[in-house]
Amino acid sequence: MQWDIVIGLEIHVQLATQTKIFSGSSTAFGAEPNTQANAVDLAMPGTLPVPNEQAFRYAVMFGLATNAEIGRRSVFERKNYFYPDLPKGYQTTQLAQPIVGPGYVDIDLADGSTKRVRIHHAHLEEDAGKSLHEDYHGMSGIDLNRAGTPLIEVVTEPDMTNAEEAVAFAKKLHSIVTSLGICDGDMSQGSMRFDVNISLKPKGSDTLGTRTETKNLNSFRFMEQAIAHEVERQMDILEDGGSITQETRLYNGDRDESRSMRTKEEANDYRYFPCPDLLPVEIDDAFIEDARARLPELPDARKARFKEQYGLNDYDAGILSADAKLAAFFEETAEHGEDAKLAANWIQGEFSARLNAEEKSVAEAPITGAQLGAMVTRIADNTLSSAGAKKVFEALWTGENDDVDAIIEAKGLKQVSDTGALESMVDEVLAGMPDQVAQYQNEEDPKKRKKMLGGFMGPLMKASKGQGNPKLFNEILVRKLGG
Amino acid sequence: MHNKSVAELSKELESGRISSVELTQQFLDRLKTEDGKYNSFITISDEQALAEAKAADEMRAAGKATVWTGVPFAHKDIFCTSGVRTSCGSKMLDNFVPPYDATATANFKAAGAVCLGKTNMDEFAMGSSNESSFYGAVTNPWGLSSGDKRVPGGSSGGSAAAVAARLVPAATGTDTGGSIRQPAALCGITGLKPTYGRVSRYGMIAFASSLDQGGPMARTAEDAALMMNVMAGYDPKDSTCIDRAVPDYTATLNEPLKGLKIGLPKEYFSDQLSPAMEEQVRNAIREYEKLGATVKEVSLPNAKLAIAAYYVIAPAEASANLSRFDGVRYGYRCEDPKDLMDMYTRTRAEGFGNEVKRRILVGSYALSAGYFDAYYLKAQKVRRLIQQDFINAFKEVDVLMSPVSPTPAFKQGEKNTDPVSMYLEDVFTIAINLAGIPAMSVPAGFVDGLPVGLQIIGDYFSEARLLNAAHQFQQVTDWHQREPQ
Repeated sequence: MQWDIVIGLEIHVQLATQTKIFSGSSTAFGAEPNTQANAVDLAMPGTLPVPNEQAFRYAVMFGLATNAEIGRRSVFERKNYFYPDLPKGYQTTQLAQPIVGPGYVDIDLADGSTKRVRIHHAHLEEDAGKSLHEDYHGMSGIDLNRAGTPLIEVVTEPDMTNAEEAVAFAKKLHSIVTSLGICDGDMSQGSMRFDVNISLKPKGSDTLGTRTETKNLNSFRFMEQAIAHEVERQMDILEDGGSITQETRLYNGDRDESRSMRTKEEANDYRYFPCPDLLPVEIDDAFIEDARARLPELPDARKARFKEQYGLNDYDAGILSADAKLAAFFEETAEHGEDAKLAANWIQGEFSARLNAEEKSVAEAPITGAQLGAMVTRIADNTLSSAGAKKVFEALWTGENDDVDAIIEAKGLKQVSDTGALESMVDEVLAGMPDQVAQYQNEEDPKKRKKMLGGFMGPLMKASKGQGNPKLFNEILVRKLGG
Repeated sequence: MHNKSVAELSKELESGRISSVELTQQFLDRLKTEDGKYNSFITISDEQALAEAKAADEMRAAGKATVWTGVPFAHKDIFCTSGVRTSCGSKMLDNFVPPYDATATANFKAAGAVCLGKTNMDEFAMGSSNESSFYGAVTNPWGLSSGDKRVPGGSSGGSAAAVAARLVPAATGTDTGGSIRQPAALCGITGLKPTYGRVSRYGMIAFASSLDQGGPMARTAEDAALMMNVMAGYDPKDSTCIDRAVPDYTATLNEPLKGLKIGLPKEYFSDQLSPAMEEQVRNAIREYEKLGATVKEVSLPNAKLAIAAYYVIAPAEASANLSRFDGVRYGYRCEDPKDLMDMYTRTRAEGFGNEVKRRILVGSYALSAGYFDAYYLKAQKVRRLIQQDFINAFKEVDVLMSPVSPTPAFKQGEKNTDPVSMYLEDVFTIAINLAGIPAMSVPAGFVDGLPVGLQIIGDYFSEARLLNAAHQFQQVTDWHQREPQ
């Protein structure tokens, strides 16, 4: 049987505010347990929440960036359940009246097409603390540093039909929130967490199947794996004539396994009701316009500009515009370099490869866009060969020297581009290789001839001590050997 | 000294005839010998009180004294006091010493007032008789001479009894459905529940957040005004607190009442009120007519729905507010929990008393899936109707007057096995909390030797007018000066 896959996402985005959503505690990651939890975060008796205006501003910016209606009156509700890392015994969240209403995001797919994914709504809420289950003499430890960190939970419509689309949407959302500067985007620290709702239905059917929710995926790779895993699991059940249980599942990415966390019957009755400690929040035009004025260039607009301004193709423009920091690095490189396309190639090639190999973010790169741009200029003006450029890049990256021209000088990487000098070198080398010259000239197949040219390049580079411009050598060779 | 009002004690201190340390010591000594009869205090904080008294004397010497500097008083044990146990009348918080002050606490400290300790109360402010306290019932100073132990009302019963017994000249209270006014009436003192949002709730342990309001309990309207000058005002730590200028509540106490339009809600003079009580209330209203006020009957057609709406909304909010008492971070935790669920269930089963459990259950039920619309949402609609009744009434009159409670102080044990008859104690006070408006209880006579309170209800932010009306009444009557024997 053929199946349609239906996927909807719920994405928790930690907002990069300095302080918590309802208290003045710091939200910085990695502090000693419970050092960033004050009386309000600990839910001490009599303490009260005070909303953080910045969290509202960020949520409105998100709404504007996703073409959404802004909720002019948003209401916090209490979601009641007991858990040790939930200090008040309820989570303060939004339900009936969220801050961000329906919106959408367009995603680019590998086949070059664009797809619109609708956002049902996005609401503000507080994060819980963390339970630590090891090394406490048989007890659990509770760390409330994260308790009260502001989140927006983005809920999509079930518009995605495969893992590729879901991951493309997740990446696009990551790109939007990091470009807005409202989230640091660091998924290893839980700054973005994905819940995936998946159901299957017979191909072409109008009726949705029973869905499962796989919670707390914290990387694009795990998300892709979890979707593949869950689709296969559901398909196996359905094809064996079974039925899907509506449930929440946990996926273990290291083992590619999932297990049921709770079924619908076991789900809590959260007894939502409007939080009486917080008045409804009215968002006026001035607040929205202020948020609009703070919107930076968004990924879609940046991509279009990169194509227009730098002549990049769609693919390169898409990659370089998605991440705000990478985009800024590219622009700095392009500004200091002669050739934007060459800059794009170096950033996507050697630069990204080194970052990945060393698990560094763009911000942690040991070289600047200005340096890379200077190097690109030297490639473009034929001072550097690509082999020479790799040596320059290495010297910049390791911090051996921070000046491109000084490195070229010190390492003797300047190419000889004086055609007179190069021509005499070619004459000399060809004179010493008469058999190869004859062989070349007798060869009819242009492909084989081209390959044979390489046989002359080694001796030529040797003769020029590696400094001859290979491109010019090639041109001279072809001319002298007679096409 | 113990018979003097806050205003009088302030003058004594100002004159230099007595220091705050001396005055505080006198009050502490008396408190320790006398309170055995009433059980009106949970905690007497001598050390802190004497330190505050010493600081107050220094404040005065430095020329920085306020009216309150060096004057003793007490806090209901629902206001967090840094370094002094704050139990809320519950075993759950028997070991809880807050590391912070409630805003009301901080305000009294800043004024230089001397807190002698924390007064008894119904557990988590849930009760109308002060019999649900983990620390035992409070005995009303009135009626003791006839050999009966009567309730002081609740939930601020400890504050009311302590003020009536002259253990302190004034004490703070909180009022969610009548918890300042009803005990004030039953103990023959003056109490004010301010407009919702007038006094910060920060550090005041929540019962029902949309109804709770702290306020003054004292023997005179003038002292209540002095307390309001300290308690009222905007607090950025409480999002429901209203940013609005605070008047000097003593400045208008002596305004004449000529032309004051009084409305009598006919629903509050029903057969729930005993004829003897009604007579006292009507006599008091006659005093107002003598002072130049006019009286007319008004109607609050939805008033009869108030108790039903209240006993959905207040428990619903309480059910969530009390979830934080889970044994994880502070307060009571059961012995040797087997696992998490065992810790939760036994901690809460052992830490809360019956009335608190009853309200958590009622509130959880009202909010549960399938019942929310029929109970919580319906109650909120009723609440708006009740509010509208008052808004309409204040288009016709300046204040409303009524009884505070249907009966005078009843005997301990008389009603505490029947929750519904206990809930009816608040039949005349609850609608005021639902509407969020201010109201006072003023001593207005006696029935069988027990005090009767007159309720004066005002429009939003009309506390100054209420205090003015009460003060003028107290210039021509002496009910508030009567002392229990």
